[in-house]
Amino acid sequence: MKVEQLKIKEYCSIFNNKVMLNEQLIFENQETDFSSFIKLAYKKLDTNYPKFFKMDDLSKLGFLAADILLKPISSDSERPKNIALAFSNSASSLETDRKHQNSIVDKENYFPSPAIFVYTLPNICLGEISIRHKLYSENSFFIFNHFNAGYLYDYATCLIKTGKADEVLCGWINRDADDYEAFLYLVSTEGSIAHNKEEIIKLYTRK
Amino acid sequence: MSDLKQELKEKIITQLNLEDIAIDEIADNDSLFGDGLGLDSIDALELIVMLDKDYGIKLTDPKEGKKIFESIEVMANYITKHRTK
Repeated sequence: MKVEQLKIKEYCSIFNNKVMLNEQLIFENQETDFSSFIKLAYKKLDTNYPKFFKMDDLSKLGFLAADILLKPISSDSERPKNIALAFSNSASSLETDRKHQNSIVDKENYFPSPAIFVYTLPNICLGEISIRHKLYSENSFFIFNHFNAGYLYDYATCLIKTGKADEVLCGWINRDADDYEAFLYLVSTEGSIAHNKEEIIKLYTRK
Repeated sequence: MSDLKQELKEKIITQLNLEDIAIDEIADNDSLFGDGLGLDSIDALELIVMLDKDYGIKLTDPKEGKKIFESIEVMANYITKHRTK
């Protein structure tokens, strides 16, 4: 299958209490902790998906960043629907794993929460996004020590060039202790930014 | 009984993270699942844990929950009859 040079159509970052779409700051609140910040961002960005509040922090991060990029696509019937997801991070679902562990560590007070347990896998986030945007596409969640632009580049290119996907939403979402960051970008046949390892690193480090 | 109903509404909103719902929006006879509050299967499991943890009620058959969690009214009646703490 012949495919023209792939592009990065758009990208979104959430870090340091800021939400960026491409180079534009679309929300900022420096007065709050992560929990309040992400809730305020959800409201400000008209996300309108009550199940958001049931998600763990990692899913909230990925869901919100994905929603900013995919919402215009989802509402446009002309747009491709076969959008694969290729996410990555270094902490997996560690923050939620710790919460679950805390709920089962005391045998005299052993009440594991089903609502917490269901998020003890990082790829649950991909399921939340797929449900929201009605995606029946390939999805993968990789664990790396650091952001691995080369791997994501190869993976997205392969998915599109072999016809497994029309577009690929790629990136890095990480949540551990007090740290969090999300960086997602949409690989497509359309767009103005070249899809190559150097550009991906440039966009990731620009935030 | 009315105190218990109020307590259950508060617990459901807090523990099930129903961010957009206020206590006074939940009527005693509203369905908790389906077209009512729209709770899902994970919420049902969470309610089973809540009965055990807060009221000392162990449901041996999760299918029992379908009847018990029909509404706040039904839940409050069940808890009043079976609670051990």
